[in-house]
Amino acid sequence: MSTPQPPMPHSAAPQWPAAPGAAPSAPAPAYPTYTSPIPVVRTHLGHALASEWTKIKSVRSTLWTLGVLVALVIGIGLLTGMVIAGSDPDLGGESPLSLGFFGLLLGSMCLITLGVLTTASEYGTGMIRTTMVACPSRGRVLAAKALVFFLVAFVVTVVCASVVGLVHVSLLEEYNAAEPSAEEWLKGTVGVSLYLALLGTLSLAVGSIVRHSAGAITVMIALVLAPLVIAMFMFSPSLEDVQEALFEYSIPNQMSVFYSTSLSQSGPSGWDPLWIMLVVTGAALALAFTLLRKRDV
Amino acid sequence: MIEAVGLTKRYGDKTAVYNLSFQVRPGAVTGFLGPNGSGKSTTMRMILGLDNPTAGHVTICGHPYDKLPNAPRQVGALLDAKAVHGGRSARNHLLSLAQLSGIPARRVDEVLGVVGLHEVAGRRSKGFSLGMGQRLGIAAALLGDPQVLLFDEPVNGLDPEGILWVRNLMKSLAAEGRTVFVSSHLMSEMALTADHLIVIGRGQLMADMSVKDFISHNSADFARVRTPDSEPQQREKLSAAITEAGGHVLPEQDGALRVTGLPLPRISDLAHDHDVRLWELSPHQASLEEAYMRMTQGAVDYRSTTDQKEGLQQPLPPGAQPPMPVPGQGQPGWYAPPPPQQGGQPFAPPQTAPAGPYGAPVAPASPPAAPVANPYAQPPQAPQSAPQPAPSAEPTESEDAR
Repeated sequence: MSTPQPPMPHSAAPQWPAAPGAAPSAPAPAYPTYTSPIPVVRTHLGHALASEWTKIKSVRSTLWTLGVLVALVIGIGLLTGMVIAGSDPDLGGESPLSLGFFGLLLGSMCLITLGVLTTASEYGTGMIRTTMVACPSRGRVLAAKALVFFLVAFVVTVVCASVVGLVHVSLLEEYNAAEPSAEEWLKGTVGVSLYLALLGTLSLAVGSIVRHSAGAITVMIALVLAPLVIAMFMFSPSLEDVQEALFEYSIPNQMSVFYSTSLSQSGPSGWDPLWIMLVVTGAALALAFTLLRKRDV
Repeated sequence: MIEAVGLTKRYGDKTAVYNLSFQVRPGAVTGFLGPNGSGKSTTMRMILGLDNPTAGHVTICGHPYDKLPNAPRQVGALLDAKAVHGGRSARNHLLSLAQLSGIPARRVDEVLGVVGLHEVAGRRSKGFSLGMGQRLGIAAALLGDPQVLLFDEPVNGLDPEGILWVRNLMKSLAAEGRTVFVSSHLMSEMALTADHLIVIGRGQLMADMSVKDFISHNSADFARVRTPDSEPQQREKLSAAITEAGGHVLPEQDGALRVTGLPLPRISDLAHDHDVRLWELSPHQASLEEAYMRMTQGAVDYRSTTDQKEGLQQPLPPGAQPPMPVPGQGQPGWYAPPPPQQGGQPFAPPQTAPAGPYGAPVAPASPPAAPVANPYAQPPQAPQSAPQPAPSAEPTESEDAR
């Protein structure tokens, strides 16, 4: 076996970092100890990021969910673009970017699933115990997971949204479509991608709180769909205000705000949905951090 | 060096570990024994900072686990071989762990070679057998080349070659001056591997001593004496003589006697003096397993009972003998031979039983002399030949009731 040679009395061996103020003349241990020849480094978030990057790219669920995301966003985007172009329409100055909305709305389900799986699958398989033994700083692991997932989700989404946007603009410019302004481009690609990546990160936090894949995915899908569905069945006039708020702040409507095609005229506008999602995700992550620290793994 | 002080863990109103204090020293393999559910894994999880103790604390090299700088470089652990994401290949699994603690990536291939998984390193661990999973877990424990190693049931699912390999691995790790803490149910394995034992039952410390001391303190060494079957009065004569001489006698099922407290030559002399012929006089050395069973018999949470097959058995034909039970099956007291010596018996059950038919005190949990008749299989007419139910085969509840 390749166990390193027995400990030699070389003074260059990695030593415990002496606690500040500790007497240097600690009593020599009366028993033999082993010192590894592999240098010991002080670990930081960078190590955890590298580890999480290895983890996220080495499971098939990542490939599946992101593959379906790309297929949905680009496939549905191309399909709607070609169908509309084929029917020889008059868009009347509408921005063609808004056609990408449907693909991204469906694609959000993939990001929710991947986000949940990033944390909850470690609980399902028991991997979390191995991870937490390898890194007792539990918060660092969750932070690395959230960062790596957020970046992966954002990059994939923004590439897909940009491709679909470019295709739509080039397909539909001859049918009286508006030339999107720079801000519209920014909101329709980067803005909505940040929003979706945050939605995925919220799922990741929920996965860490619920610690059960199916449960967390159900919670997240309910969060996306329930407000719209509930609002649809609020017939009583006394509930009109509630119904309207549910419509306006439902996640699909918040997404459509990035294309300036909100279902209603009041409610969130401009970049508001992003800030709302940022606050919600931040709160969920804070709860996840607290619980992670408190609970037994 | 692992040091636990007053470690206590409660889950709701169930106390898994209570006031556990022990030290695990470097340079030796320390075995961690206890019945199922006695708190072994909980203790290991608390050592590794996975569970927060309700009270007390445990340190490794003087630091709590989560205060160790780069913990995986100080402590390697195999808790559960299935604690991996099955969709990830063995190499990627180890790589992610190596990156987490800043271990060079080439170390991954080294440990894969050490545990013999280099050929399947690219395969997803979902398809691994139990033994391969154990090897992967051991690889993860060795990854950081740590000075403290914890293994929870490391030989589960390993083939004989693998068991031998783990045994030698533990010993060589300890010989290098590392602290090796191993839990196992395999007593024969522990007897071969461990130098020191920590035994817990119901979450409390029962013993913390070397293997040799453990066996001698809890030994059930006895001499088996057999007198001619045809002359039962000789047996009673010898029993009385041995008891008079200060020995303890326990009759065995087949008519032999278990004698403790007297050396073999003395028994032979007594027999000679009383003109008793002997058919057998043999020493019986206790194994670690027997010593362990003897110590933990009162602390077992999950105990099998005899399968009664209620209402399913055909009534026995009159005069037929019910089958003899296999020794140890559903008989709580099987592993409780009489205490070998008076005094010096820290864990022996109190001797309060009245004198037995042979003049010797009968241990409260003596092996039932007669098989317990199946109460549901009694023939309707009172059987003369069927043995009466043993008066007290020590009902299981009395031991478990606290």
